[in-house]
Amino acid sequence: MAGYRYDYEVIAQWIEPGEKVLDLGCGDGSLLHHLMEVRQVQGYGVENDPDKILASVRNGVNVIQANMERGLTGLEDGFFDHVIMSLSLQAMHNTQGILAEMLRVAREAVVSFPNFGYWRHRQSILNGRMPVSESLPHQWFNTPNVRFFTIADFEALCEMNGIVIHERLAFDDGKLVLEEPNFLASVAVYRLGRSG
Amino acid sequence: MIQPQSVGVVTPQLARFTEPLRLRSGETLADYELIYETYGTLNAERSNAVLVCHALSGSHHVAGHYADDPRELGWWDNLVGPGKPLDTRKFFVIGVNNLGGCHGSSGPNRINPATGRLWGADFPFVTVEDWVDAQARLADRLGIERFAAVVGGSLGGMQALSWTLQYPERIANAAVIASAAKLSAQNIAFNEVARQAILSDPDFHGGHYYEHGVVPARGLKLARMVGHITYLSDDSMAAKFGRNLRHGKAVYSYDVEFEVESYLRYQGDKFAGHFDANTYLLTTKALDYFDPAFEHGGSLQAALARASANFLVISFSTDWRFAPERSHEIVYALLHNQRNVSYAEIDCPAGHDSFLLDEPRYHALLSAWFDRIEV
Repeated sequence: MAGYRYDYEVIAQWIEPGEKVLDLGCGDGSLLHHLMEVRQVQGYGVENDPDKILASVRNGVNVIQANMERGLTGLEDGFFDHVIMSLSLQAMHNTQGILAEMLRVAREAVVSFPNFGYWRHRQSILNGRMPVSESLPHQWFNTPNVRFFTIADFEALCEMNGIVIHERLAFDDGKLVLEEPNFLASVAVYRLGRSG
Repeated sequence: MIQPQSVGVVTPQLARFTEPLRLRSGETLADYELIYETYGTLNAERSNAVLVCHALSGSHHVAGHYADDPRELGWWDNLVGPGKPLDTRKFFVIGVNNLGGCHGSSGPNRINPATGRLWGADFPFVTVEDWVDAQARLADRLGIERFAAVVGGSLGGMQALSWTLQYPERIANAAVIASAAKLSAQNIAFNEVARQAILSDPDFHGGHYYEHGVVPARGLKLARMVGHITYLSDDSMAAKFGRNLRHGKAVYSYDVEFEVESYLRYQGDKFAGHFDANTYLLTTKALDYFDPAFEHGGSLQAALARASANFLVISFSTDWRFAPERSHEIVYALLHNQRNVSYAEIDCPAGHDSFLLDEPRYHALLSAWFDRIEV
């Protein structure tokens, strides 16, 4: 089991007991495992990495192999209560497509991502180097990330696509950031819904 | 962890049943026999039994070898044994030859007790559901109320799936591998070509060829050849044979020139030498008929609502006979019923036959899944 992550607690708060939950990019299944324990969810993970699928099965988590870049075909509209994408959105090419798909298959989406606008990242760029940090642990040449965006960028995209932000929590080093999150937070977690 | 070992020398057993078995075709088998093998030990709670269901050309001989034939390993020997994914130190594993088979269970090449003659073409049509009913009776006989798991590939996977629908309370886990909830038209078409090859063989004699002292070997060989093509992938055939010529150049003959011809003929002859043509016909029909969604207006989701087992569904990337899409149908129908299901598509070049190989990711996944099953 991977190390405990503070965003799990945030996500768990937003999940009611017994919900149907889909975790996109579920990794070794540790978030779902956590949600099964503390919220008794009926959970399914989606992964496309064979090693992570194996790890999820070892963790006793339902995991479905699929390439999320092709959408969530096969899943019915509104079947899930919550669909989660934890620290994976920045590694997807089809950003708008997957956000639309998430809000198609679930009532609400929970999305977390590393904030490229975090001040340490800005400082790094000012110093002439691409940022490497706890929330962006890879080098530019081996990063799985393909989209580089800030909290402000993400909120503009939501606005443009009619996605309602129900709640946003921003963190720096596991501590809640209340002011100037686009500058002071390294990670943001959102609870999103459809407009209308 | 121990080095994986063979289950060693095994001995088949025969169970005779005298309670009539009503078949989906409307016919009844008044009494019948099932030949089976077991590996490992049934625990005191009788909670560690795993049934392995065989596909078209398989049998009850799943693992190990017979004392007088050390070379003829069971068809899934790489899966079943001490230290193997289906570990016989933990599980009591059962392989059974299905009704209508030709390896010792009641079938066309066995004596019909009512007439004292070989059944031949008079053996009734059997379905996947009939096989599962018969397997359940064998489980009763062995004192197994509930299987820890039922496992199968291809047609065997159909049986595992059907178990979860016919006896949901008697199966805790199901592994449905390289399988489908129903065959496609293309798939039925391949089976029909195979059947026509047999039916049109002059030695078939309406299925009563035993009485004529012949077997429709040419038809059975052709059936196997066409089947074999569909079990491999384009890539695996290219890698194995390419356009290799036996004589290094064209010799303008209908004898073997390309190596792939040699291979297919060899496989066809080998198969025709030991398999029964009537069994082949019956079994391909069982494949074609299987469609649990049919009586639910075509809704697989409605059909699978009965299932309560935990599922592992596996497909193989190059399997075009039982394509990954067929597994997706099962997976999403289960998911929408809120059943526990995991699914992986294994990247393997070997086509449908991949399920019989010990591809490392595939076996690692099965090991992980079996390890989590509590007995």
